[in-house]
Amino acid sequence: MVDLKISRYCHIMDNKVFVDGSLRFEDRDAIGLKQFTKSIYRFLAPSYNKFFKMDEISRLGFLAAEVLLKDVDLTDYSSDEISVILSNSESTLLTDQNHQDSINDFDNFFPSPSVFVYTLPNIMIGEISIRHKFQGENTFFIVENFSADLIANHINNLFLTNKSKVFVGGLVNQSNDNYEAFVYLASDKGHLQHNALKIKSLYNNKIEY
Amino acid sequence: MSFFLADNIISSLGFNTKETFSSLLLGEIGIKQIDNKEYYSETFPASMIDENRLNVEFKRVAEKYSNTSDHTKLEKMLIVSIDDALSSTEVNIVCDKTAIILSTTKGNINLLASNEKDSFEKERVLLWKLGDVIRNFFGNPNQTIVISNACISGVLAINTAAMYINSGLYDNVVVTGGDIVSRFVVSGFMSFLSLSPTACKPFDEKRDGLSLGEAAATIILGNSTDDEQKLVFKGGASANDANHISGPSRNGEGSYIAIKKAIIEAKISTTDIDHISAHGTATPYNDEMESIAIDRHNLCAVPVNSIKGYLGHTLGAAGIVETAILLEEMRQNTILKTAGFNNLGVSKPIFVTDRIIKKDLNCCLKMASGFGGSNAALIISKTES
Repeated sequence: MVDLKISRYCHIMDNKVFVDGSLRFEDRDAIGLKQFTKSIYRFLAPSYNKFFKMDEISRLGFLAAEVLLKDVDLTDYSSDEISVILSNSESTLLTDQNHQDSINDFDNFFPSPSVFVYTLPNIMIGEISIRHKFQGENTFFIVENFSADLIANHINNLFLTNKSKVFVGGLVNQSNDNYEAFVYLASDKGHLQHNALKIKSLYNNKIEY
Repeated sequence: MSFFLADNIISSLGFNTKETFSSLLLGEIGIKQIDNKEYYSETFPASMIDENRLNVEFKRVAEKYSNTSDHTKLEKMLIVSIDDALSSTEVNIVCDKTAIILSTTKGNINLLASNEKDSFEKERVLLWKLGDVIRNFFGNPNQTIVISNACISGVLAINTAAMYINSGLYDNVVVTGGDIVSRFVVSGFMSFLSLSPTACKPFDEKRDGLSLGEAAATIILGNSTDDEQKLVFKGGASANDANHISGPSRNGEGSYIAIKKAIIEAKISTTDIDHISAHGTATPYNDEMESIAIDRHNLCAVPVNSIKGYLGHTLGAAGIVETAILLEEMRQNTILKTAGFNNLGVSKPIFVTDRIIKKDLNCCLKMASGFGGSNAALIISKTES
């Protein structure tokens, strides 16, 4: 039996931020992810200038982790015992499109390294790791639909093979017309069992928001 | 316990592991100057697949599986690679205890270009769709597990496969990976000023950047083997530098941690390691960082090589290509020389191979590092205990 527990989870969607299923923040007037992530940033006020260099999906993942980890004390664990395992369906499609638009013709050719570096989905994991000094395992999965089985199984296996003790797991996605983040914190402390069934039900809670 | 059952490499220097390895033994360099305006306005060095041969090989495999659908270049590479690796094993690809793990950074990214948009359906550019196309071709019943974690994707995919086999989730896992040279990637690395004007020179004092390459590779792992010469996955781990998104840690911290954890899982000591296959991109920072990680583990006397001077940096394929080469080095007890390397140009006195070395290889380490501060390592041994 895996003795891993979920202590907190966070959803960001439809201009709303939820923690453990309760509404924490809302900005009804924000149009699109860029505006909404700026609103969340102002609400959390983390004073973290690197945020403004990030692409939109990294901002979303960064802020989801900020909300999830706010006032969480992880000093009992060493930095290499804390891992980030994320997934989505579109990888970094919108940033890919930005880079592509800058290279489509050589008469109007202006590729930017600061855009190109964000065309990898795990950059978001890097941003979260830098912010919180996490040096454990990293994996970014691409799946058509969020797979609680995949994430739960992967994290449980890393825990059972003593690779890591604390995990940020979940989904951070941005498509042409929508965005969504669902992240949770798992460790030996918490009140919810860490398994696919539980993660599925927490993820599906969003339907009732 | 997970065993390495079979492997394949589709590269500029061959369409299977043996063919590619023989070319490397002869010192052939797959990196050539490419003059193709579709990729870039000026010539640039890269290691490219022979597309005519790919089409011939793919036609043969498609006929074997009675498949008449259109496929992209990358899909053809992956399918031909998987078919070749499968053909030397008893692994049943249509079994529900067989999984496919796909490692790629950008998949069919060339479909994003305006002139390619109409050739395939829109979602074909998405990486999960690439996984779907591959598994449908072979009739595998499980959703393909797609890992896209920059340049450590390949090593991470192998580590993940072994972890799933060891936990009993699957009996066999087909780990496949690939990336193509595209305008998208060439212009991106050009904007970073990280491409060398010539074939790259890993660990050399005159190294001045990486060379891109395209490749597909496959490694099949399973929970049992009849092979007389067993090759065992002993341990693997990943770690983040938590330092910078586009540059490695100055003290090699993430790489050091990944190696440390892999060694712990493998239940070996550093003195057991006979040979290291480094990431060795030939960028000034990467190679320096790796030398520090190697030195911190007191492995300076162990022969290290990088094969990127032959095949370039094949991104999502790299970890699988280089692990397949490492497996062949272990089978032949032969360490390849590091193409492009002449004089040591890193601060730690590591032993970079400047010639072919014959040596009993019982236990070897593979390293990988990438954007996002990501690092990974894995350990292969000929002995189970």
